[in-house]
Amino acid sequence: MATIETAEKSANGANEILTYESVDISYDGLKVVSDVSFALHEGECLGIVGESGSGKSTLIRAAMGLLGAGGLVTRGDIWYRGLDLPDVPRDEMRRINGEEIAMIFQDAGNALCPSRKIGDQLYESMLEHGNAERAEFTENISRLLERLRFDDTDRILGSYPFELSGGMRQRIGIASAMMMNPKILLADEPTSALDVVAQKDVVEEMKIIKDVYHTSIIIVTHNIGVARELSDTLLVMKDGHAVEYGPTNDVLTNPQSDYTKKLISSVIGLKR
Amino acid sequence: MTMENNSTQAAATTISSISSISTKSKTPTIREQHVKKKNVKARLFFFGALLLALLVMASFAESFCPYDPYAQNLDIALQAPSAEHIFGTDRYGRDMLSRVIAASHVSIFSSLSLVAAITIIGTTIGIVCGWRGGRLDTVLMRAADMFLAFPGLVFAMAVAGVMGGGIMSAVIALAAISWPKYARVARSKTLSVREMAYMRAARLSGSGTLKIIVRHILPNILTPIIVTSMLDIGTMMMELAGLSFLGLGAKPPIAEWGSMMSETRRLLSTVPIAVFAPGGAIFVSVMIFNLFGDALRDYMDPKRRGR
Amino acid sequence: MNVRKYFASRMIQLVPILIGITFLSFAMMQVAGSDAVTEMYSNAGAAVSEETLDAARARLGLDKPFIVQYFVWLGNMMTGDMGKSFISGRDVFQTFMSKLPATLLLTVMSVAATIVLSVPLGLLAAVSAERSASEQDSTHRTIYSVIDNVVRFLSFIGNSMPNFFVALLLMNFLAIKLGLLPVISSGVTLESAVMPTMTLAIAMTAKYIRQVRGAVLDELGQGYVTGARARGVRESVILTKSVLRSSLSTLLTLLALSIGSLLGGTAIVESIFMWDGVGKLAVDAITMRDYPMIQAYVVWMAIIYVGVNFVTDMLYVVIDPRVRLGAEK
Repeated sequence: MATIETAEKSANGANEILTYESVDISYDGLKVVSDVSFALHEGECLGIVGESGSGKSTLIRAAMGLLGAGGLVTRGDIWYRGLDLPDVPRDEMRRINGEEIAMIFQDAGNALCPSRKIGDQLYESMLEHGNAERAEFTENISRLLERLRFDDTDRILGSYPFELSGGMRQRIGIASAMMMNPKILLADEPTSALDVVAQKDVVEEMKIIKDVYHTSIIIVTHNIGVARELSDTLLVMKDGHAVEYGPTNDVLTNPQSDYTKKLISSVIGLKR
Repeated sequence: MTMENNSTQAAATTISSISSISTKSKTPTIREQHVKKKNVKARLFFFGALLLALLVMASFAESFCPYDPYAQNLDIALQAPSAEHIFGTDRYGRDMLSRVIAASHVSIFSSLSLVAAITIIGTTIGIVCGWRGGRLDTVLMRAADMFLAFPGLVFAMAVAGVMGGGIMSAVIALAAISWPKYARVARSKTLSVREMAYMRAARLSGSGTLKIIVRHILPNILTPIIVTSMLDIGTMMMELAGLSFLGLGAKPPIAEWGSMMSETRRLLSTVPIAVFAPGGAIFVSVMIFNLFGDALRDYMDPKRRGR
Repeated sequence: MNVRKYFASRMIQLVPILIGITFLSFAMMQVAGSDAVTEMYSNAGAAVSEETLDAARARLGLDKPFIVQYFVWLGNMMTGDMGKSFISGRDVFQTFMSKLPATLLLTVMSVAATIVLSVPLGLLAAVSAERSASEQDSTHRTIYSVIDNVVRFLSFIGNSMPNFFVALLLMNFLAIKLGLLPVISSGVTLESAVMPTMTLAIAMTAKYIRQVRGAVLDELGQGYVTGARARGVRESVILTKSVLRSSLSTLLTLLALSIGSLLGGTAIVESIFMWDGVGKLAVDAITMRDYPMIQAYVVWMAIIYVGVNFVTDMLYVVIDPRVRLGAEK
């Protein structure tokens, strides 16, 4: 199929870092993702778009073993550095999570315990991946936050998640994902819960990550505008199936499937 | 699918250099998912059948007794379990098995009537409060709060004691402390149903209050109320037996499990079966009611299954 | 500031409840139909004329209207005067207070035992329940499912046994069969406290395991657990630092509510094991229709219960930063 070749080309021959092969995912015997294959290359940003319920979030959660109750990769493989991730035991998986593969959630505030201070939780995560002095941690995280155009970092680290605005929480989410400098960043609808201004901020920050840290990124979004801004390649999901996969520009300017055409035309006021 | 094959090959060539632990398979790994079947219906049916058997036994208790549960025969007093008397005899020579069976009548039906009473009273008060609102609602709900502020059994013990004992006074005592729970459930459900669109329509179309309550509110609040009361029967049975054990409920010679145990507890070191037989009977009955209640709740509310 | 306001408003809410409790207790004894004078003279055994009785009633203020009597009684109660026992003639309040420590000791020990037993078991059940649905390996799923079901089954059994039955079972096995403990309490000693504590703790633990399991299972489904897992935090750390902390307020509330049945439960257990506390005192008083004694028991147990719930509410505020810092829900 033509789309595959173009996808290969777009990566400029760089190494694949994460590879999905014929992945099926089921919840309690009910298939929600079926036969999806794609590859993420070093330094690439892959966008996964589709309606809610299309299985796009499930797809990236599977890579981190975060499918939750009743979820299972029933067929196929997810390769990362020679490891088939669905078969990696929980204890080993948690060493990879955070340090090598990190995730940004739709509501990053939700991904932090509401009854504990942000700084404590981030430091705790840091400690789980090796020794770190509190002072050193604070310095590093502050630098990272400043890079993400935050000031007043001390106050933020001393706050509870509910004390911050949605946009601020989301940037904390980005910082917490980036603090261990992971190889792969998985972003699950990072802009969906935000207002337009905050959305723009987050997109800017994702660009910084891409350009400065050269992290490989998968961004799951139903917002084609966001995908166009950030992603090199695009995977379109519908009802658990991949309907289109190729360089973002090709997919958007010359969509092959009817569904992609519909999806693009439904976006009104697309920038550019 | 061609797309899948292509990507597999392409990936295989690029990643082989990094791969250290396992090599990639040509065919995708299959992982079987065993989905636990939750046979809620079968469970409901099974425990329902057990419950029915229990109720039949309790209804015709006397005819299931091998001996007259009240006939005293001091010649055979305090016998250990034997072929004729599998639970032995008590100090009046009464057959313990017969007494345990006979006691099911009072023990089970007093709990059932207690739960029926508090369900009806509590639900009625709840619906009236939720429907009418206003001062009546405030007064009744304050009263409910008052009862909830008491440690239930302490109050029940005092009431039963003051009323002079007897199974009726135990039932009334427990009813006095237990109705507020039902009133609260019924009230909050009524309030939420009341504001729904079709209720407004029904009111505007001029349906009478009683008709609205029977046609629209009752069916909506019935499920949680029934589930709550089913799950309450076991607890109530234990509390009633507890009051009887203290001498505040059923009085001898009436056979009732709690009072039987308080009669026989002095035999604990000599004929322990005389204590454990009625105790076991309470345990088994409560268990059946609880298991049925659980199954019923799961059946009525699929979201809670497996919790 | 916010917290202080909250405390104050909760304090004010206590007033009507306390008035209600005392009123109800007072009314109950009035309805019982027998007044102190009749009891006093019937205990004396002599036939007394109506005039003498009326004179005695007037002296004690019993001819006054009901509501006036209530306030007089309430006033006396607050100064620690709750009358004399019909049976022993001793001061009711003092008798009650002298027996209270034994009951409080029993209560505290049972609550402690309950927490020690049910929190780990409830956690184990919840974690197993979650993993039985989320492990990749199907053998693991089965093992976890079995663990969960065993714990649940145990709690189910405990929930279906009345406490007096548990008490007699323990007595039979631990004291009579094995001879490990004295059958009947020989005063307030550690040895004689074992069985009553176990009895109360078993019933409470059975109930509480379910609640811990439910609360933890709810928390495990929250986004922050997924978040912590995504950051690579160990399960044990997630459980102890975040999950238990977040479910603490729920668990505390449930524990406080179960203290109500515990206070009632002590009555049966104390009289079975002859533990010399207020529960046994109350059962004896009820059997002998010693109304002032019953009244003191009901009123003070209710006050203690209300107090425990109040303290729990306050702790709730301290624990949960969302409430403490006055955040919107």
